[in-house]
Amino acid sequence: MELELRGVTKRFGTLVANDHIDLVVSPGEIHCLLGENGAGKSTLMNVLYGLLRPDEGEILLDGEPTHFGGPGEAMQAGIGMVHQHFMLVPVFTVAENVMLGHEQVRGPGLLDLEASREQVRTISERFGFHVDPDALVEDIPVGVQQRVEIIKALARQAKVLILDEPTAVLTPQETDELIEIMRQLKESGTAIVFITHKLREVRAIADRITVIRRGAVVGQAKPTDSETDLASMMVGREVSLTVDKSVSEPGEPTFSVTDLVITDARGHRVVDGVSFQVHQGEILALAGVQGNGQTELTEAILGLRDNIAGSIRLDGAELVNRTAKQVLEAGVGYVPEDRTTDGLVASFSVAENLVLDLHDKPPYASGLSYRPAVVRAEAEKLVKEFDVRTESVERAAGTLSGGNQQKVVLARELSRPLKLFVASQPTRGLDVGSVEFVHSRLVRERDEGIPVLIVSTELDEVLALADRIAVMYRGKIVGIVPGGTSRDVLGLMMAGVSEDEAMAQAQAQPEASPAGARASTQGGQP
Amino acid sequence: MTATTERPSPSQGGDADAKPARRGPTVGPAAQIGLSIVLALAVGAVLIVASDEDVRETARYFFSRPGDTLAAAWRSVSGAYAELFQGAVVNFGADSFAQAIRPLTETLVAATPLIAAGLAVALAFRAGLFNIGAEGQIIVAAAVAAYVGFAWDLPVVVHLLVAIAAGALGGALWGGIAGLLKARTGAHEVITTIMLNFVARFGVAFALSTSVFLREGRNDPISPEVAPTATLPLLLGSQFRLHAGLLLSLAAAVFVWWLLSRSTIGFQFRAVGANPDAARTAGISVERSYTGVMLVAGGLAGLAGVSLVLGTEGYLTGGVSAGLGFDAITVALLGRGSPLGTVLAGLLFGGLRAGGVAMQAGTGTPIDLVLVLQALIVLFIAAPPLVRAVFRIRTSGAVGVGQISKGWNG
Repeated sequence: MELELRGVTKRFGTLVANDHIDLVVSPGEIHCLLGENGAGKSTLMNVLYGLLRPDEGEILLDGEPTHFGGPGEAMQAGIGMVHQHFMLVPVFTVAENVMLGHEQVRGPGLLDLEASREQVRTISERFGFHVDPDALVEDIPVGVQQRVEIIKALARQAKVLILDEPTAVLTPQETDELIEIMRQLKESGTAIVFITHKLREVRAIADRITVIRRGAVVGQAKPTDSETDLASMMVGREVSLTVDKSVSEPGEPTFSVTDLVITDARGHRVVDGVSFQVHQGEILALAGVQGNGQTELTEAILGLRDNIAGSIRLDGAELVNRTAKQVLEAGVGYVPEDRTTDGLVASFSVAENLVLDLHDKPPYASGLSYRPAVVRAEAEKLVKEFDVRTESVERAAGTLSGGNQQKVVLARELSRPLKLFVASQPTRGLDVGSVEFVHSRLVRERDEGIPVLIVSTELDEVLALADRIAVMYRGKIVGIVPGGTSRDVLGLMMAGVSEDEAMAQAQAQPEASPAGARASTQGGQP
Repeated sequence: MTATTERPSPSQGGDADAKPARRGPTVGPAAQIGLSIVLALAVGAVLIVASDEDVRETARYFFSRPGDTLAAAWRSVSGAYAELFQGAVVNFGADSFAQAIRPLTETLVAATPLIAAGLAVALAFRAGLFNIGAEGQIIVAAAVAAYVGFAWDLPVVVHLLVAIAAGALGGALWGGIAGLLKARTGAHEVITTIMLNFVARFGVAFALSTSVFLREGRNDPISPEVAPTATLPLLLGSQFRLHAGLLLSLAAAVFVWWLLSRSTIGFQFRAVGANPDAARTAGISVERSYTGVMLVAGGLAGLAGVSLVLGTEGYLTGGVSAGLGFDAITVALLGRGSPLGTVLAGLLFGGLRAGGVAMQAGTGTPIDLVLVLQALIVLFIAAPPLVRAVFRIRTSGAVGVGQISKGWNG
């Protein structure tokens, strides 16, 4: 089935999210939709999936103009979508999830679970998914959950499969497996729309690439184009993908975490005996797939967590059991993982956000009195220094783009003297231009002799920045390796394989993971 | 790289002019509130017409002489609203100037506790808390202030100041309990404040049955008169009931404005209200803010109770608050959680209360209509699409009832 979008336009108020977009997806083809966050990719797919109604333009299936009233109709027409956040019921089995929404019945309203099981088995075998129809979704790894989503779509006879940022939640190995699955689906005649902003994956898999910027198609690209070319097309100007950074000159290990154990509300040990040190003038990256204890670890450093055992020391002073205010006052700069929930007060002005932590200290306050004029003046300076694009410091921070929001957070955290800088997912959801800026600031802090701890799930970022890399898996540190370690080794370690074994495996089977291997030879190591 | 067709990127706002407006003019928040009031008055008119004897009488021969019905309807509506206005602002038919402006002073008397209590709710809103407990805080404050007023014997001025402070402190403690419970145990403030309302109401009712509070020689629950030394002075002489409580309420409004926009504590309250996670991450103690804001809010509601017993009433009864703490919620919603807005909303509702009495006396339209009007105004403000649809307008900027009342799910 050939799918065509012709002149699709979607507006939200005055914002044009999609501006006359044309797109053709043919059977047996992987069509990559490349664009930065906020470029309008997801809006376009939601239009296609019937979740949003286009203001202009039409959708054609095999040349026939079609109109979807909702996802149900889109599914009926053979369009399947795997959302970035899975739409699965955790306490249901795989088979139950697959039949959810189009349950088959037998006799007087009895669920025909066996039919669904059989379906899962058939599809699973055909594409080598290795999915057990009777496993509970909450018990299976994220990568397998994603395959369940794909099975769901295939079980509904999807001819066009939309994958929205599918690799965001996967380990590098799982990503390779997904790419393999996509190849098989393609060979079986499925048309695939692959939405991403990760250049490496695009080049590994795409047959055709359409680049979207600010809601409009800016052009087609070939998978053979270089990453730098793709990036500049995506951003609209020349960008440098490598971080300009000198060899680190580590000083004293002033920050240390020793035997840290964090227990969550349900009694699970989410961080289980973690120890590491960060030296002055060094960037230590905590790599790992999302949800392996990194979030809890950084929250514990800032004093936002209860039930902590072990020790966190900065310049010899214990940070455990101190309040967030005391930790900040001890000289810790902290960029939280999720800037919209933890980093900024969206309805506050940029100026107010810039002093969120310092609002009660001179010169911003004298006694109980808060001094908006001083805050504004200081904000003007910071906005200039950090190149925050806003028409006024009085604008609500929530109205800024993600990149500019992150710059506000960075500006705030770097505006006081620091002894440690902790940044969690510092560039998540940022455009390439902002990533450049954030990375260079992080390196600058390091060069000023501050210990820098970065938590990132993106291997590219880890490799670009880290002087040393600590890999976390299930609350433990699998190993601490030097900055230039290969992707394959890191990928295996992120899946829990020990350092030595990962080294051995990676050397033994250099061809085992095609995309990973290719990327590590061509890829952006600093 | 293949053909990069460079297109002018669509500006994020440029298309606004090109696109024809689908619906009429765009209207700001203040006008939205005005239109909500108009709409509420229109619905109120229907109720007046429906409840009017004359109209029903003439409606029986509506099809032979529809003019009669329409005339009667117009008479009843215009009569009721004219009385409402005259009872709230200026009595045009009065013999003397004093009589003419009496309604205005009565409006101010009614508005005095509404403003103070409205501020109590509005301030809590800004910190993300839904303070349903103004009623209880008023009652406790009234009881404490009344006790200090009639039982203690202190010099002039000092007695009044001590009584005011004691009342405000009583309200503050009552509010602070809910704040502390929220901070320490996570108990939802809506639940705890409602429960504390019951405790306050029946606790004071009980106290009024004991010899401590009961007026000598009386069996019904009424306290002794507050001593003259502890009474709020009248502002316009003995002809009018207007007392210095109004100044207290206005001073409270100025204080809340300062607190919210010019103090570090208010900054913390607002940050916690808008995003507790970000506030916590920036080192602000969310727990302390919850307790603190409820202490201050309780104190503000306490001022309402103080105004009632030391000013308007002069003694304590079981029904001293009479649901004022709940009207305060609508006042705060109407005032969008801002101090100035709350003052204006308090004046409007005070006017409706004072005018309602005159309306009932003058035209027989039940005073309950006023409560319906109050409720409808807030209802229309809470549902902007309704107002938009009726007046065919577009709105800019949320009026914000939904936004400031998000404390429900916190």
